[in-house]
Formats: sequence, structure tokens, C-alpha cells
Amino acid sequence: MPGDILSVDNLRKHFPTKEGVVRAVDGVSFSIAPGETFGLVGESGSGKTTTAQCIIGMYPPTSGDIWFKGERINAAFDRRPKHVKGDLRIVFQDPGSSLNPKRTIKQILSVPLQVHRIGSRRGRLARMKALLDMVELPADEYLYKHPQAIGGGERQMVALARALATNPSLVLLDEPTSALDVSVQAKIINLLIRLQKELDLTYLFITHDLSLMRNIATRVAIMYLGKLCEIAPTAEFFESPVHPYTRMLLSSIPVVSDEEEALKPRKVLSTGEIPSPVNVPPGCGFQSRCPEAADVCRRVDPEMVEVSRSHQVRCHRERRPDRAGHAEASVLHEREERLC
Amino acid sequence: MWQERKADLVATMKLRRQSLAKGWYKYSRNPLSVLGLIVLVLIGTSAGLAPYITPYPAHAGAFTNFREAGQPPSWKHLFGTDRIGRDVFTRVIFGYRFSLLLGVVVLSLGVAPGVVLGLIAGYRRGTWVEIVIMRITDVFLAVPPLVLALAITAMLTPNLLNAMFAIALLWWPWYCRLVFAVASSLRNQFFVREAELCGASRAHILFREILPNCVAPILTKMTLDMGIVILLGASLSFVGLGAQPPTPCLGTMVADGAKRLPGEWWSTIFPALAIVLVILAFNLVGDGLRDVFAVEEV
Repeated sequence: MPGDILSVDNLRKHFPTKEGVVRAVDGVSFSIAPGETFGLVGESGSGKTTTAQCIIGMYPPTSGDIWFKGERINAAFDRRPKHVKGDLRIVFQDPGSSLNPKRTIKQILSVPLQVHRIGSRRGRLARMKALLDMVELPADEYLYKHPQAIGGGERQMVALARALATNPSLVLLDEPTSALDVSVQAKIINLLIRLQKELDLTYLFITHDLSLMRNIATRVAIMYLGKLCEIAPTAEFFESPVHPYTRMLLSSIPVVSDEEEALKPRKVLSTGEIPSPVNVPPGCGFQSRCPEAADVCRRVDPEMVEVSRSHQVRCHRERRPDRAGHAEASVLHEREERLC
Repeated sequence: MWQERKADLVATMKLRRQSLAKGWYKYSRNPLSVLGLIVLVLIGTSAGLAPYITPYPAHAGAFTNFREAGQPPSWKHLFGTDRIGRDVFTRVIFGYRFSLLLGVVVLSLGVAPGVVLGLIAGYRRGTWVEIVIMRITDVFLAVPPLVLALAITAMLTPNLLNAMFAIALLWWPWYCRLVFAVASSLRNQFFVREAELCGASRAHILFREILPNCVAPILTKMTLDMGIVILLGASLSFVGLGAQPPTPCLGTMVADGAKRLPGEWWSTIFPALAIVLVILAFNLVGDGLRDVFAVEEV
């Protein structure tokens, strides 16, 4: 869609290994509009991080296209134009390994400024202080510290300041809070929300924490075994999930009160584990765990279809609005006949 | 603006001082390392000031006094005199000059190329660059060091400079291997990835991101190697391929005196002990540095 800041089209990333080809990302398409917080959710091994790493350019995709502001950026980082590198930034999961332990925060923050020639030699010091102010760290003190001398949450704030140093428009957040204490998580999330408003940022937020998405995402996409299952605006996603996997995930969010329990979809027992992406079973990737799997699910991989505008799902059992009256079984039956 | 720069400088200096103080605290926990450092400082200053503090500076060169030849240790000649009447103590102190010079020159010649090649090979692991660099390194490591050093110095004119050159040629592969191991494990750390994605240059990634993390093992290995290099230099001199007479060199002195053992034991034993002492001191200091860096690493 024109006007989208990022659009990923049928992205695939396969890693050849001794055991076979790992289909880490296997045909993912989505697009993000400016100002959005797009939540990409999935369990470990679903390929969400690989998707982000393809977008940021850690390695080129096996196939598919990545468009950023109308520019095709399929290449890995070493072949990307510099302005894209400044405009599209990432915050990694573990700030312990994303900040060089041998360099001071001042040195760490000066790298993007030097590389992208932001500010004069003198102006950079002021800019670095402003960046630390932005992430609510006392600049004069923290500029001259090493990363190991500060706490995990503070490190992540420094990593965020470094990402923002080049005035990016899209920031990929690869589980930015999952390595942190719960008490610090909330602080980081509030900071992210505030900075998004102040700096007009767009986020691609990767996480396995669904309840977090409810608070900050504008749209949520669920990923399973290298493919997207369902994309929906946040409210719709939580109120009327369609895909059995989404329902399974939502019903397994732990809650404390009965009122919250009542908000959740009816209990879908979560069984089994994500299959190995080396030998993906035929048909729908989720059929081995799906409580509603029919015969067709074991043979044919479903296509992404629109349930409503901006709500897409990839499931044979999906009910389109115009077929609301039909019985589920007859829909399936019809499809099976067509396939035969 | 000027004040801000000043504040920046002050804060940076303070940081340096703090990390130095922390390092010294860890180092000083080990009394043997402190002793090694004291011995090393004493040897270093006395070698540096040799012409001013030794009792007979003239004995360092081509000096003869056959009337006092072969004297045992006494108050006049602390370590005795050699077969042509030169004061052994004076010559040992002067000998340290050349041993230390040899160590410093060899390591500064050998470490830099080894480190650079190791960084490149480690960062480009899995490419032809790594294969070329590391296989050449393997070839050098496959040759026994003393034999190669002997061959090179014998081919060129045997003197101190060529001995340094020969040993330096043997030394870089070890540093290449060491840095290669560290760099190839750091290559996949996210801080290196981040610098790449940000658009930083290769030089920045190699020397600003990876190299600072290699400094600790390099420095530790250098101090431990100083002893070995000095020993190797002494060995070359012992077989006559290092410094040539009348240059005072510990290895040559041991060789000369050995002909007169056991009678004039002092002209062999004292230079030999001097070699042992400096190597021991370097090893103790190396252990201390290892403590400093190892604790920091955790």
C-alpha cells in the first residue's frame, strides 16, 4: 500500500543446516503505516526475530521483498544505502550484549553520530546529553560510565538512546523488555510510548507477551512456524479472535481476577509444542495442535483471507461475514469438494 | 562551550583514574605480583641508567685488564671479573639493556601485525580471507621457533638487530591465533552487529569495538612472552648468533663463562641468574595482570 512506512511481501528466510533446511520465515506479508505500533507476537521458534533481522538487514531474505518508504531494501546491511541505516534502527533483546562492555556510554552514543555525521564535533556532546535526557538518565553522570556499571533497565535505555541518535522513523524493538525485571519493564514501556508521541516514531514491536500488546500495539500479528496466522487491530484481536491458535494463546494469558477471566475467550486447552521448522508438517502448520483440525487442514495449507477490513486470518475454518449463516461443517465440506 | 569541554575532559580523566585505581587494587592483592613489579622496575631503571650507576661503565665495551682477570666475587667486584678482567656486575646491568631492548622491540614488531591479522581473520571468519591468513599462520607455527631463528640469523649477518628481526618473524602467529579466537567469538555479539547495522566502517568495528575486548589477553600474553623472548635472545647469543662481542649480552656472557666452568663459576652463574630473575619477574607480573583482567571479565 502506498503511504506505508514498511511493507514486507512474501518474505522467506531459509537456513540450510545439516539436518535439513530450516524454514525460519516462510512467506510473511504485512505492512506498517506511519505512527503505528505493530506487534509481532509468537512463541520461541516462530520466526519473529528472524523476520526482524531480515528487515534490519542482518542477512538478506531467501525470497520476498522488503519495502521501506518506497525503497526496496532486500540487501543485507553492507549493501544498503546509509540513509536507510539511519532511518531504520533496532533495539536488541539483551542490552548486556548489545552494548560494548569496554566502551563508555559516551563512546557508545558517539558512534551513530559520527557515522551519520550528525552535529559538529562540539555539538555532539550536547546531542549525547540530550539523548540521555530523552531516555530519562542523568546525562552528566551516565556519560562517563561503562555499561556493566549500570543496571539492566538503564542499559536498555542507553541502547534506545543509541537507536534514536540518528532520528529514525521506524524502530524495530526485538523483545526489548523480556530480559528485564518486571518493575523495569513498565518503565521502559512508558518511555517507549512517550517517545513515540514526541518523536513521531513507528514501532515494530516483537514480543511473546500478548498482554503487553494490548496496552501499546495498534495492530497485532500472530506468527506461528514461520507464517502469520492472524493480523488484526488490537481491539478486534482481543475481542474477536478467529484463528484457533490466537484463541489458544489468549485463553492462556494468566489473569488474577474473575472479571478478567470473563473477558477471555472460552478456554482452549493448549497442547503440544511448536513443530520443528526443519520438517514442517504438510497442510496447516498448526494442525498438529489445533483442537478443531479437520481433514482438509492436514492436507492443504490455508491462504490468508480477510475476515473484515484490516483483519486477516489464515485458517480453513474462518467464517467470512457473508457466510455467517452457514454451518461450519458445510463450509468445510464445500471447500473439500472444491479441492477434490 | 569551553567550560563544557573542560567538564568533559575532567570527567574522562576521573574515569581513567578510577579504573586504574581499581586495577591496581586487584593487582596488589597478590604480593608476588607486586614483588615481580618491584624487581622489574629496579631492573628497568638500573638498565636505563647503567652508564651512571654501574661501578665500571668502561668495562661494558672492549676493555681489558689482565691483571684483574678471573677474580672471584669481592667488595670491589661484586660478581667477580671475567677472563679479560671486566667487572661482571657492570656487564650484567648493561646486558639487561640489550635483553629488555630485544624484548620490547621484538614484541612491538611482532604483536602489531599479529593482532591486525588476527582481528581481520576473526571478523571475516568463514571467508577466504580467514583461510588465507590462518593457513599462513599455521605454516609459521609448524616450524620450531629456535630452528627458524637460527636459520634466519645465520643467513643474515649475526647481530642484535637481525636476531630481533628473526624472533619478531616467529612471534606474530601466536598473537594472530590469540586475537583470532577472541575476535571470532565477539563477531556475533550484538554490539558488533549493532555497529554494522548502524553503518560503522570496518576499521571502526575492528579497532574500536573488537580490539578493546582483546587488550586484556594480549597484554597478559605480552608480559608472559617477554621472558620467553629474552630467553630466546639469550639462546641465540649463546650459540653466537645474537649480539657480537664486545657488546655485553647475557647469553654471550653465559657462553663465554661456560668454557671456564667450574673454576670461574661466577662469570657464568651471575649472568644466568640475571636471566632467570628477569624472566621470573615478567611471569609474576603477567600472573598479576591475568588476575586484574580475569576478575573484570566475569
